[in-house]
This record gives sequence, structure tokens and C-alpha cells, in this order.
Amino acid sequence: MATDIIIHDKKDNVGVVVIEKIIPKQDCACWIMEDDSSTNIQSVDEIPLGHKIAMVDLKEGDTILKYGHDIGKVVKSIKKGEHVHVHNVKTKKW
Amino acid sequence: MEIPKSFLGYKRENGRAGTRNHVIILPVDDISNACAEAVANNIKGTIALPHSYGRLQFGADLELHFRTMIGTGCNPNVAAVIVIGIEPKWTKKIVDGIAKTGKPVEGFHIERTGDIGTTMKASKKAQEFVMWASEKQREECPLSDLWISVKCGESDTTSGLAANPTVGNLMDKLEPLGVHLCFGETSELTGAEQVCATRGATKEASEKFMKTWSSYNDFILKEATDDLSESQPTAGNIAGGLTTIEEKAFGNFQKIGNCKFIDVLEPAEEPTKGKGLYFMDTSSAAAECVTLQAAAGFNIHLFPTGQGNIVGNPIEPVVKLTANPLTVKGMGEHIDCDVSKILSREMNLSEAGDELIKTTLRVANGRLTCAEALGHREFVMTKLYRSA
Repeated sequence: MATDIIIHDKKDNVGVVVIEKIIPKQDCACWIMEDDSSTNIQSVDEIPLGHKIAMVDLKEGDTILKYGHDIGKVVKSIKKGEHVHVHNVKTKKW
Repeated sequence: MEIPKSFLGYKRENGRAGTRNHVIILPVDDISNACAEAVANNIKGTIALPHSYGRLQFGADLELHFRTMIGTGCNPNVAAVIVIGIEPKWTKKIVDGIAKTGKPVEGFHIERTGDIGTTMKASKKAQEFVMWASEKQREECPLSDLWISVKCGESDTTSGLAANPTVGNLMDKLEPLGVHLCFGETSELTGAEQVCATRGATKEASEKFMKTWSSYNDFILKEATDDLSESQPTAGNIAGGLTTIEEKAFGNFQKIGNCKFIDVLEPAEEPTKGKGLYFMDTSSAAAECVTLQAAAGFNIHLFPTGQGNIVGNPIEPVVKLTANPLTVKGMGEHIDCDVSKILSREMNLSEAGDELIKTTLRVANGRLTCAEALGHREFVMTKLYRSA
């Protein structure tokens, strides 16, 4: 089956869309690079290529993990399957 | 894949090897650009390297100016150099610095002669140099004569997923063969700085890295009027799905694979500790970074992009790769190596690394890069602070 979403590390709580876009309520096939395992998720939002999807529910103040590392904080709660980007996540630096 | 042990390069007087055979017309300062460009227009096969600075600089900023000028002339991709400045003293300083390589170099100053007289004298010498250089032949050179610099640009999440790890795979395969490698982009490691520091080959290298990063970060915090959200990440990064500097940094960091860096270089500083990976303190702006790496002596550059950065350099060929299928489709004329099949999992990282090694060697052997064919010659000096 084709891969719709790639996740760098199994600790990550976000994945990256690798097809042109996913549409709401799409059942997406996810591949976890770190251990070559697979999982699935149903999307909530339309998300374009390269953008991130929440793999779990996230609340304000939570840390986003990608590459297994901290890449910023949640500033507006995010539901599993929603688009994760500048509207709900900010840097902890600068 | 069995990696070739050699490439066809131009052997230089000081033992280095070039992937190109340029004769450059190097202006010392901004006001000498017109004369340098006139010479390059007169004498076919030469390139002028106009830039914006070189007057009334002082201290560390002036030292960096000289290091960049002299380093550019010394780069093994350059066969011979004409230096043109307004005044004799700084012109001579640059000529003397380049002359240490043993390559042909001659300086001209404009004061007391004017642009037209200087253009005539410099053109005669440039003609002699370019006709001499045109007889140079490519010869077999060991792979270890490759000095490879890397820098990514207009990154998106596909850079961190695939294009940057492809460069990392190439580094892992070529480092044991004795090449010199260099990464930079100090500010763009912000968020990944602690992890990057652990990749120093020695305690000294790790500490020097943290000192360099902290100093750059302090400068940014001092000058920042907002959270830098429009510069780091850029609007292009954000359009491509990158949300924060930390995310960009971890993607950026994939370019060094599993290698460890043996030393931290000042901007445009030539590495002196032998083969292996170096970190250079640079801006993350593409043209500035590549210009500094070329001035440190690197002779071929690998540039992974996501959304499609189009940068080139006048003396160091810039090889572009991308994993973003939309970038390949929309602006394929800028992409030397397409690794977008990693995303569809039709290609694995090791296969992509092999493809990039093949492309790198073709370019080292003389194949023009997309940026060269399209005329990209961005030569951008890094300036540390205001002039006096």
C-alpha cells in the first residue's frame, strides 16, 4: 500500500504528508522510518504535501516531537488528525 | 555501488585540484566593479566577481574581507587571477596572499590611471592568463582531492525527510575515503545545538561549537525586534510545512549523516587539520554561506532544497538536489539530482546517496550544474558590522 504520511521517530506525535494532499476523513497509511513499522490515522483537515498531521490529541503547552526531539510548543489545542502548523504551534526559542 | 577512486580535475601548483578552470577578475572594492566587469567583457572566458564592499572596513570585518578575497583567488577551481582595486596597498595585499599558491596573479590599481587605462592594462594580462589557462587539461586526481561543502535552502519538510539525509548518506560513504567536508549555517542549528555539539570529534571541537553558536544566538537576540518568524523559518519554509526554527534545525542537521566534526572554522577560514568534516560559522543565507565555503577552498558544493532555492556561485559548482516532487515538476531546470522517489518509497536512502555521488562526480569531472548553465554567479560577501 502506498504511504501517505511519514513519521521520523516512533516517539513523534506528528507525521508529514508525503502525497500531494490528504483530504478530510481520509484513512491514511503511515510509515515510521525509525523502526520500519506502519500505522494508520484518519485525517480531520485537508493537509498539503510536506505539512504535518497530529498523531494524537494535543493540548496547549504540550511539546511537539519530531525526529524524536522537541521542535516547539502547542499554543492552541489540536485534535488527532488535524493540521499542525504556525496557527497552533510556536518555537520555544527566540 | 562501488565508489570510483578518482575524478578528472585540474592539478594546481600548490598540490590542490580544481573541478573548474576559471580565470577571475576580482575587484578589491565596490568602486572597482565597473573596471573588473569591463575587463571580463573584453576578454572572453574570464569572469568578474563584483560585490558591494571593501571600503573603510576595519577590525575583524576587514580581516574577513581579506580572507574572503584571498581565499576566493586561492580556490583550486581558479587557474589565474586579475585583482583590481582603487588603491595599491590593499590590492597588493590580496595579490600577495593569492601568489602564495603559485598560480598566476597580477594586481592593478585605478588611482592615477583611471578606469580606461586600467581596463586596457588589465585586459592585456587577462588575455595572457586565459589563453594560458585554456591549455590546462583535466587529469586523474584521487577522490580525496574533493573538498565538498554543503548548505540547504528554501527547505521544507521534504528536506529533513529525504534530501538532507541523502547528503548525510553521501558524507557517510565519502568521509572514509579522505575527502574534506564542511557544513555551516550557525543560526539554523538553533534548537538542535545541543545535539549538534555532541557530534564534535573531540571535547575541544564540541566546546568551540557551543561557544560559536551561543555567540551568534546572543547577537540575534540583541538585534531581534520580533521572534524572527519571517526570517527563520522563511515564508517559503512555512509554505513547505516547516513550523519552527527547531524543526528546521533538526532537518538541516541530517546533512552530516553520522559524521563527527573535527574542528570549527571562522567564516572563510581554510581547514588545516586534514581530511574529515568541519563546521564553519556562517550565516544561513545561501549565497553568503557558499561564498564563504568557496573562499575556504571547497571545490564542489551540494545544495539540498525543498521549495526550490536557485543559488549558484561563480567559482564553486553548486549541485542541487530535491525530494519534493512538486519542485521537480515545477522548476526542474534547477535540479541536478531528483531524489523525490524516497517519499513514495520507490528509492531508499542508500540508493539516493549513490545517485548523488554519481551526480557529484559527473559535475566534478566537468558536467555543468543547472546553476552554471542558468548563469547563477552569486558572490556575496559577509559583512560583520558597519564600516568606519
